Amino acid sequence: MRVKAQVAMVMHLDKCIGCHTCSVTCKTTWTNRPGTEYMWFNNVETRPGVGYPQEWENQDYYKGGWELKNGKLRLRAGGPITKLMNIFYNPNMGSMDDYYEPWTYDYDHLINSPKSEHLPVARPKSMITGNYMDKPEWGSNWDDDLAGGSEVVSRDPNVKGLQDHIAMEYEKTFMMYLPRICEHCLNPSCVASCPSGALYKRDEDGIVLVDQEECRGWRFCMNGCPYNKVYYNWNTHKAEKCNFCYPRTEAGLPTICSETCVGRIRYIGVVLYDADRVKAAASVEDPQDLYEAQLNCFLDPFDDEVIKAAKEAGINEEWIKGAQESPIYKMAMKWKIALPLHPEYRTLPMVWYVPPLSPIMNHITNEEELNTDGYIPAVDQMRIPISYLASLLSAGDTSVIRKVLLKLTAMRVHMRSVNVGGIDEIGKSKLLEEAGTDVETIEEMARLLGVAKYDERFVIPTGRREMDDDLHYRQGACSLEDLAPPEGLVTFSSERGK
Amino acid sequence: MEAIFWWVIFPYITLAIMIFGSIYRFAHRQLTWVAPSTEFFEKKWLKIGSPLFHYGLLFAFIGHVMGMVIPKGFYHWIGVSDHMYHILAIYGGGLAGLMIVAGAVILLIRKMTIDRVRVHATFADFFSVISLIIVAGLGVYVTLVYNTTVVAYEYRDTIGPWFRSLFVFQPQYELMRAVPFVFQLHVISAFALFASIPFTRLVHLYSAPVHYLNRPYQQYRSRSAYKRKGI
Repeated sequence: MRVKAQVAMVMHLDKCIGCHTCSVTCKTTWTNRPGTEYMWFNNVETRPGVGYPQEWENQDYYKGGWELKNGKLRLRAGGPITKLMNIFYNPNMGSMDDYYEPWTYDYDHLINSPKSEHLPVARPKSMITGNYMDKPEWGSNWDDDLAGGSEVVSRDPNVKGLQDHIAMEYEKTFMMYLPRICEHCLNPSCVASCPSGALYKRDEDGIVLVDQEECRGWRFCMNGCPYNKVYYNWNTHKAEKCNFCYPRTEAGLPTICSETCVGRIRYIGVVLYDADRVKAAASVEDPQDLYEAQLNCFLDPFDDEVIKAAKEAGINEEWIKGAQESPIYKMAMKWKIALPLHPEYRTLPMVWYVPPLSPIMNHITNEEELNTDGYIPAVDQMRIPISYLASLLSAGDTSVIRKVLLKLTAMRVHMRSVNVGGIDEIGKSKLLEEAGTDVETIEEMARLLGVAKYDERFVIPTGRREMDDDLHYRQGACSLEDLAPPEGLVTFSSERGK
Repeated sequence: MEAIFWWVIFPYITLAIMIFGSIYRFAHRQLTWVAPSTEFFEKKWLKIGSPLFHYGLLFAFIGHVMGMVIPKGFYHWIGVSDHMYHILAIYGGGLAGLMIVAGAVILLIRKMTIDRVRVHATFADFFSVISLIIVAGLGVYVTLVYNTTVVAYEYRDTIGPWFRSLFVFQPQYELMRAVPFVFQLHVISAFALFASIPFTRLVHLYSAPVHYLNRPYQQYRSRSAYKRKGI
């Protein structure tokens, strides 16, 4: 057993209102420099839709993530030899047209234009070339709230895979929001794709980072990541990605996207996992078993043996306590209501999602007279097809989604009967049994999902500075490398303790 | 005196600039040490130009090792006659040279005509591409034109030994006196190009990531060095 700690996030999609506050605060924090204009470490997609970059789930195009070939785990875009052969031209990498050409507006013209018959306008202007753009044709959330209509929706790779046709008639449409950040995977394919070895997973907290001094700009990480969450800075010619706001999490603060989330949909906590089980888990035959396999990598932070092994691996009391109180551990492992995004990419992602329930219930009109069992068929006839959610969150296994939705429904029904009175007691119905849960758990769930305060949603132990090599020296230095005192900058990778 | 300058002083100065300049940039300008790709802006022309150019360079490098570094005696010893060598050198070298020139011209035109690429191209970028076209163009000329129309020049008796003599610090500059002018020009322009390497995008040639071939896929790194030091 090789115990490692990982900071992880769960997003409760029911509460996402699609306001993009997370994206904007992230952008103003991290990607407001030249070369990063088009980057969104955090973005919010309307589903069904093509997302950002367009059709990022289409792995026939981007060839991201891992695949199982003859029982062996290999990179879909090819191993080291293929990569070195393709190093002069990467055939699978997206171009700026797959993302979008960032633009600003010629605001000066509004103030400085000479007197004329017509009102002056601010024309869009490319932030790449400085040329005027006649009409911007795509942006990071161009198809927000189904704005693209059936034309864009039909290009959603998840829609293409559905058995039944999705009607885009007004009365039958459905949508949901999907906020996305880097998944900080347990088996990251971006790290494996990097020829220079510049990408790495941090030992202490599992955050996946790019060493800006070692990155040589070979760009295989861009499409090597199946979530397309590594970006190429055209100005510095190096890769950049979500860093889980490590300067904040090291100080015990949540990431800026979580901190500013209006709907308070995000939860951050620590989980312990066994690094020795990762490879086997990523290599299971059936993609639908990947969710269970990933769950098996996680360790019970209350188990004495796990605690002992964790301490031996250098994980301190505070982090073990963090893992025990972790909201992620509760939602993903204990209650099993959070699911990984696209487990079939075999990267074992660590940002999980509680699937949305509310649109299911919208068409129940007789809730006052409905007995508890009456909710069970409602789950199966939900507005968002279970198969669509399954395509996103469980490699197509609808039974996993159904179980989660039944738990959430049971929670809803029970809390409704507690607060406004129900037709019958939940204990007498089959709902609890079908959902595989009990009243006590449901009430705990309702608290965490509904009313949990800041310290319950974000349980983040601080960075383990006491193990730093030279604390006295680092006093007053910023953890952003370039801001540290110049005499402290190490130059050669051998000095950086790889 | 002139021969000493061009065949002793000039090569050593340019090589010194290349070596010490590169070391300085590697040590102090890590953040600029990249292969500054513009594939993100434009893929269609790069798909043709870049592999053509880079693979051409790889072949040309191998060709120069065969012609300059490996002595003539070695070929005789393994039974390759001068005639066989020249056939191989003209076809192989000519093809590699043409690949470089064609690829570089495509990349240069792309750099000049595609807005997104041109706007972010620097003087150094244009300098590198144009000087590579000159050096490779002269190389193609001596291989394909001079060798076939004037005389199949035996550079393995003159340029080769002179080049090797540079590395033992006993430069035999008198060997270069009788070398035809176009060959001399090719050599001088190549050394000038070497001197420009630390100041341009060409530094990425040192960073060919061959260690990727025997590296474990997953990389873990500790935030601080406490584990390494065993504290």
